[in-house]
Amino acid sequence: MTPPSGKRPGATLKRESRDGRAVLVITGDLNAQAAGQIWRNAMREAAKPGDLTLDLSALTFCDMSGAALLLAIEAAHAQPVPIEGAEQKITALLDKARTSAKAPAGAASTRTSGKGGLAAWGDAIAYLGEVLIALLRLPMRRRMLRWQDLLSYADQAGVRAIPLVLLLGYLMGLILAFQSAVPMRRFGADLFVANLVAISLLRELGPLLSAIILAGRTGSAFAAEIGSMKVNQEVDALVTMSIDPVTMLVLPRLIAAMLVMPALALLLDIAGLAGMATVMTAFGYPLVTIAHQVQQAATPVDLFGGLFKGLCFGFAVAVIGCRSGLATGVGPRAVGQAATAAVVGGIVATIFLDGLFAILFYRVGL
Amino acid sequence: MNAIEVTGVTQRFGDRIIFRDVSFSVTTGEVFVILGGSGCGKSTLLNQLIGLLSPSAGTISVLGHTITGPSATAEQHAMQREIGVMFQSGALFGSMTLLENVMLPLEMFTDLPRDGREAVARMKLGLVGLGHASALMPAEISGGMAKRAGIARAMAMDPPLLFLDEPSAGLDPVTSAEIDRLILSLRDDLGTTFVLVTHELASILAIADRCVMLDRNAFPDGGGVIAEGDPKQLRDESTHPMVRAFFRREIPQ
Repeated sequence: MTPPSGKRPGATLKRESRDGRAVLVITGDLNAQAAGQIWRNAMREAAKPGDLTLDLSALTFCDMSGAALLLAIEAAHAQPVPIEGAEQKITALLDKARTSAKAPAGAASTRTSGKGGLAAWGDAIAYLGEVLIALLRLPMRRRMLRWQDLLSYADQAGVRAIPLVLLLGYLMGLILAFQSAVPMRRFGADLFVANLVAISLLRELGPLLSAIILAGRTGSAFAAEIGSMKVNQEVDALVTMSIDPVTMLVLPRLIAAMLVMPALALLLDIAGLAGMATVMTAFGYPLVTIAHQVQQAATPVDLFGGLFKGLCFGFAVAVIGCRSGLATGVGPRAVGQAATAAVVGGIVATIFLDGLFAILFYRVGL
Repeated sequence: MNAIEVTGVTQRFGDRIIFRDVSFSVTTGEVFVILGGSGCGKSTLLNQLIGLLSPSAGTISVLGHTITGPSATAEQHAMQREIGVMFQSGALFGSMTLLENVMLPLEMFTDLPRDGREAVARMKLGLVGLGHASALMPAEISGGMAKRAGIARAMAMDPPLLFLDEPSAGLDPVTSAEIDRLILSLRDDLGTTFVLVTHELASILAIADRCVMLDRNAFPDGGGVIAEGDPKQLRDESTHPMVRAFFRREIPQ
């Protein structure tokens, strides 16, 4: 048997009849490619009943893939398959292959795609409890809360999001005003576009859009940061140093998100009103008239109610982002999955909370 | 016949010369080891040999594919189809089981049906002692197991030339000896050529036919080859202080 050196010509499979018994003759070089070409035919021949012999006298080369084919022929034939004419090296290779193929029963993977149903809800409630306990214990664990980190997260979640918030808010106000002004103009009510946009921005769209921006930008970043720390065993290191990961990693992010969210919502409100004012000015209304309409339509309750909602949305997005990070599994895909879960969870929770607030505000007459 | 010919190879990153004028050859069917201290350019040289990095100067010929200069990509791709590489950490795909990892090259480059691919892959895993773990995900196995699974994947297509980056590092002595035995048996049974990058002295002395030793201070302006030959002979006869330091743990004064 010559040592392998790159490309080989391949192997052929022939069935012959000798003294009334079937003989499978394999010739040439039997490597992975060649085994692939003759595998199906070989299995078909091996499955036929009756005595079968393998003639390997013209086999010039055989590697482990070739040996796998020869063993598969033996396994597919119901009776023992004698081998004729094999070089000693091929026989030795077959013995080695037989040993390798006899693996003990395989351990099944214990990985699951995540907890479902009640267990997942149970985990979520337990995590919320941990966060609340960490908040209550914070005065005793002040050292674990790093203010430098908190300011850095506030910068990341708030200051760096301002351009995006302003742009989206302005465009939102512009579009909302334009789309509602066209039909309302038919009834001569286009002046009330200012009322409509002001109320919908202050009460709903301001906090809602800011929360969606926060979930997309910051919630995913929180999950990815904590997820990477989990994968690199940094979270385990904190635990073994008796440092509470929730206090050290979750609380600064949570406080930062809750601090910046009302500010972001307010900026989005202002930018949206500016967008609306642009459209109304184009329709011929002076700024003072628009301002008067807004003043009449929107009350401080609308503004502060919206900002309070923003605070709660910030809490939800940060808690879910950090939770996704802490629940990160193992392996390179886990961090990506955690970031996705943070964004989806953050947006769903925000809209769910918004619905709850709508009912609550209605019931208390706000 | 030589599986690898390295002639006057230099690698620069900007003004920094990692090594220069490196020349050696690897004969078909031998176990060849690249060794040297940290930062001497072993991994850079390995990356050149496996076609991940083109040399700044000089010529590398692997299995008849000649790589010269930075525009040798087509030759590098052709060469990569004929070699197997095990990376230091195993570099297993995290979304696939060990069996699927080993089956991947067979799926890409052969006509083997699924049961055939499975049979071959199981055999390769059995060879490295992981037949029982074929259904596990890479995240569920130890570093040593990942390394062995990486070897099984590198062997999937029975390439004539295998590159192993630190195959024994981090393994227990028994597993390390098993890997050494596996390398020797593949070399003897299939004529496979092995190029290893390793620091494991016991392993080098046990299996290497020849070695090349790099040192980052071989030249005043950069690294290069300071010794080449049979490792046992180098251990016993070399007078180079760095070679003696490596093999005999004699710290140069």
